[in-house]
Amino acid sequence: MISEWVVSILLLFGGTFILIGSIGLIKLPDFFMRLHGPTKATTLGMASMLIAAMVYFANSGHGLSVKEILITIFLLITAPISGYMLIKSAIHHKLKAKEGTKGLDNVEDD
Amino acid sequence: MRLQARFRWLPTPFRSLFLFMVWLLLNNSVSVGHLVLATIFAILIPILSFSFRDPQPLILKPGLALKQLLIVLYDIVVANLQVALLILGPSKKLRPAFIKVPIDLTHDMPITILASCVSLTPGTVSAEVYPIAESLPEGEEPTQRYLLIHVLDLKDEEALIKQIKQRYEAPLKEIFQC
Repeated sequence: MISEWVVSILLLFGGTFILIGSIGLIKLPDFFMRLHGPTKATTLGMASMLIAAMVYFANSGHGLSVKEILITIFLLITAPISGYMLIKSAIHHKLKAKEGTKGLDNVEDD
Repeated sequence: MRLQARFRWLPTPFRSLFLFMVWLLLNNSVSVGHLVLATIFAILIPILSFSFRDPQPLILKPGLALKQLLIVLYDIVVANLQVALLILGPSKKLRPAFIKVPIDLTHDMPITILASCVSLTPGTVSAEVYPIAESLPEGEEPTQRYLLIHVLDLKDEEALIKQIKQRYEAPLKEIFQC
């Protein structure tokens, strides 16, 4: 009974964060700002969903499953790398940042 | 900083431990067969792959590394809440900025870890390390490196640089002793 509560709260929490990350993708004005949504909001969302899966399967008679920890670790390692590749190619293509972005002269051409 | 491990047959002790854990987690079991297989993999894979990699500094303070990992995990949760609030708030009020953070780390591995920590924590995504390695003459070491980061909502540049240096870079320097 308690585990059901835990699972539902974790699922809702995770779903909310992934939703907010996706809203950020639509709403924010330029590419560099849009990147912040997927690199952050989704990592926590995915982590809580995977923990929910762990709690659910531990209580449903399949025995404790810990593979979800592995998925979380891989997500945590790869999220910054993909963010880095995206922002690097954006700089390379000289995408326009939103007007009023400070410190644009800090970006060097490559 | 130490590049060479104590034992030749164990060039990267913590990567071996990591491989050992990953194998057991993948198979979801601690039976004797999997323990033996995990040990074999944990010893063989680093030895076979070691010569393909540039030597990187070893973790010399494992306790501190664990503590730093917990701090970063806590920061990830906080970062998510902050970014969620920023995204839901009015977009016009956001003050995006590129800033350059001077870094004292010298090897790829610590710099990668620092950049990843910056990307995962409040309102910042790391973009580039200057000077770009390919633009330098062969074999020359840059005197000062910079990490270019994009900030979603910049309040105080000095404070942010100070926070990154103190909270993430200083412990990394301790851990790798460089």
